Amino acid sequence: MAVATVIEEQKHNIEETALITGSEAIAVACKLADVDVITAYPIRPYDTVMQYVCKLVANGEMDCEYIVAEGEHSQFEIVKHASACGARVFCGSSGVGWMYAMEALTVTPALRIPMIAMVGNRALDDPGAFGVEHNDALAVRDLGWQLVWVDNVQEALDTALIAYRVAEDRRIFLPCAISCDGAFLTHSQAMVKIPSQEKVNEFLPPYDRGDLLLHPDNPITVAPQGNEDWVMEIRRQNYAAMERAYGVIKEAYADFERIFGRSYGNPFFEEYMTDDADIVLLGMGTLSISVKVAIRQMRKEGKRVGFVRMRWFRPFAAEELAKSLQRFAAIGVIDRDYSFGSPYLGGVLAGEVRHALYPGPGKKPPVVDFICGLGGREVTVPDVQKMAESVYKAADGKAQPLTQWIGLRE
Amino acid sequence: MGRLFAIEIIYRGIFQKTLATRISRAIVIAAHHEGKMGISFGRYGDSPERNGIPAKNFAIVATDEQTLEEGMAKYEPKEVDVTLCVDDTLCKGVESWAWYGLQPVNKLLKPGGTLIVTSREGPEAIIAMAHRKETPYQLSILKGTVSFSGLWVYKDDHTDVRLLGAIAKVLPDLFSLQSVQKAIIDEWKDELKATSAAKSYERTSSITVQPNQGNPEVPYKFDLPKWHEMGEGIAIPSIPAGHKMDDPTSHAQGGFQPDRNPTFKKFSTRTMRPVVNFDTCIKCTLCWLQCPDSCFDVTPEGLYDANMQACCGCGVCEAVCPVKECVTMVNETEFKDNSSQWEDWRKDKDGYKVWLQEKIKSHPERSHGFRYRGQYEEQIPEMLEIASEK
Ligand code: SF4
Ligand code: SF4
Repeated sequence: MAVATVIEEQKHNIEETALITGSEAIAVACKLADVDVITAYPIRPYDTVMQYVCKLVANGEMDCEYIVAEGEHSQFEIVKHASACGARVFCGSSGVGWMYAMEALTVTPALRIPMIAMVGNRALDDPGAFGVEHNDALAVRDLGWQLVWVDNVQEALDTALIAYRVAEDRRIFLPCAISCDGAFLTHSQAMVKIPSQEKVNEFLPPYDRGDLLLHPDNPITVAPQGNEDWVMEIRRQNYAAMERAYGVIKEAYADFERIFGRSYGNPFFEEYMTDDADIVLLGMGTLSISVKVAIRQMRKEGKRVGFVRMRWFRPFAAEELAKSLQRFAAIGVIDRDYSFGSPYLGGVLAGEVRHALYPGPGKKPPVVDFICGLGGREVTVPDVQKMAESVYKAADGKAQPLTQWIGLRE
Repeated sequence: MGRLFAIEIIYRGIFQKTLATRISRAIVIAAHHEGKMGISFGRYGDSPERNGIPAKNFAIVATDEQTLEEGMAKYEPKEVDVTLCVDDTLCKGVESWAWYGLQPVNKLLKPGGTLIVTSREGPEAIIAMAHRKETPYQLSILKGTVSFSGLWVYKDDHTDVRLLGAIAKVLPDLFSLQSVQKAIIDEWKDELKATSAAKSYERTSSITVQPNQGNPEVPYKFDLPKWHEMGEGIAIPSIPAGHKMDDPTSHAQGGFQPDRNPTFKKFSTRTMRPVVNFDTCIKCTLCWLQCPDSCFDVTPEGLYDANMQACCGCGVCEAVCPVKECVTMVNETEFKDNSSQWEDWRKDKDGYKVWLQEKIKSHPERSHGFRYRGQYEEQIPEMLEIASEK
């Protein structure tokens, strides 16, 4: 919660304070962004967003086309087409609902559709479970979706606005999914500052699809058959857009700070008590709260542990992260996900972090991976202390199992 | 180090969800007026979205951000300063998930914490329903019927703000009455509600419940298996269909008794239960056919005995029974155990008749909704009377 620091409060433009959930915050961002088309299909925990948007529309506070689709696949297809026609769009899902939309999710980045989706992170069935796991959003990590994780209600609201700004930038035109941990973020109410419409308008220009606008006055055919003569070049264009996203995200955060007076520091990852840290833990989403509480306790015992919370997973700020991580004697990655049969049987995030460290010129601290918090299980303070102990041992050169399950009944 | 406060609201899914959310929100807003920070959230699961199922909402408040984070580093609070229970039948216990079993309503209360119950019952009845606790706790009763305030057409009956006023009284360190009133104006812009909170603040008092008072039953305990002890493929044993019934006296076999899940008993999901008059039953089978939870045992002589470990109190059996007062729903607060009515009847038929007549006097005014059109209007005088009681 400490992330969003109020740098200055501009007097002429007083922000409203409200007690809302992470899902409500995303809905409020949709209202402020004046989204044109929203599609919905219920699945917990994402459905809380559609309920709030629905309420805003019903109360006359928001004017948008609100379509309840007959399943997630159509839900994502409808906004894809609306976006091609120049509408600012929003949708979202959770868990297997997101997976059910997979074919639509796949074609969206290739068509350069700046769709914003909220993923209320949820375990993939089976067993049916509502709790958070990150495998749902991570399933699209290779496809051209920008992926960002937030850990508090204010950040959810702000990031949604930033996501529109970045995704709809002509240099990018790629979809972006904002991941909010089910329950911990989607269902808990906290006090947030709601930016004024005036400032949002200053920050977020209208969506302009330009030459890609699907309209009778601009006759174009979208998505003709391509085959081997064309596919590679098309993929290379997507690659370039994602490459550019890194810089556009930085620009957007700088502008956000200038206009709203709230700073997030490094957009890609937050560092907590790393200045003098011997070792660090690294993770995404709301487990940050337990980690920070545990770090404060460990520091009282003289253990200098730091924390890195990844926000943007795509694009992945590899060079910047590697440079930061090389300062520490060992790294513990906390995966709220799994990747069965992957190298060292670790989670997705640990694989990415090791990958980020490997090519660089600097030193390569040992990386220990912890799989925990699956299906919404709480990541406790003692869990975090246990992880830090193992990372300390790795720093001392004592071999540690590369992948450890924490908080499991064994 | 700052101070952390936690409050839970125990309520019934759907019917009281809006009420519970209103209360936990207002707690955070009132605390905000005192420079404290907090979050409000509901138990994450199915319970809030299921009719009548015991559910929970929480408000966590702290004097500073780091302390608040300590409170948030848990799925749900492990201990609370105040438990609000907005349906007195839930004092028998709470069971949100099958494998939790029946858990005491006062389980999370810190030593000396306060249980606030909305009820028309006196303290003796409430204490008798709640499980014993190792440490003393405070009990405060807010006079009132079970409120559905905020649900669809149900009018705002001020239960929310009356509870907020009561919290200010029993936990003054959390917030003052003035802050509660400011929060009420923020949330509802209603002076009358602010006055209700003040009235309730004045009237609230509590008594101490000692460790030797209350239901002596030991609450259900469970151990979850280790990963390697569990079967693979997410397959679990199912409940067999059932078997013939054994007549406890003659040991004659007959009728039919469905097998039931031994670890899933629905004690606290109900606010009322059926009482069957076996003397007037015409054995039409309708209750047995229509009961959604297969509660009825078919006895060897062909009577229908509702099993009180399986009954969720829906009232369908009462609705379908063609014989007048053969099945009557009775307020759950009237019962101390879950014994078989059929066995009681067989032991002493005359005694059972007297018992039955006594019980059916406590026909619920409302349970899952009003029972007939116009009932709300009928109840207004009674509610006004509660409001003016000293
Ligand atoms: S109230 Fe009657 S119909 Fe409903 S569950 Fe109980 S026994 Fe069955
Ligand atoms: S519905 Fe009434 S009359 Fe018919 S079997 Fe059940 S208790 Fe007897």
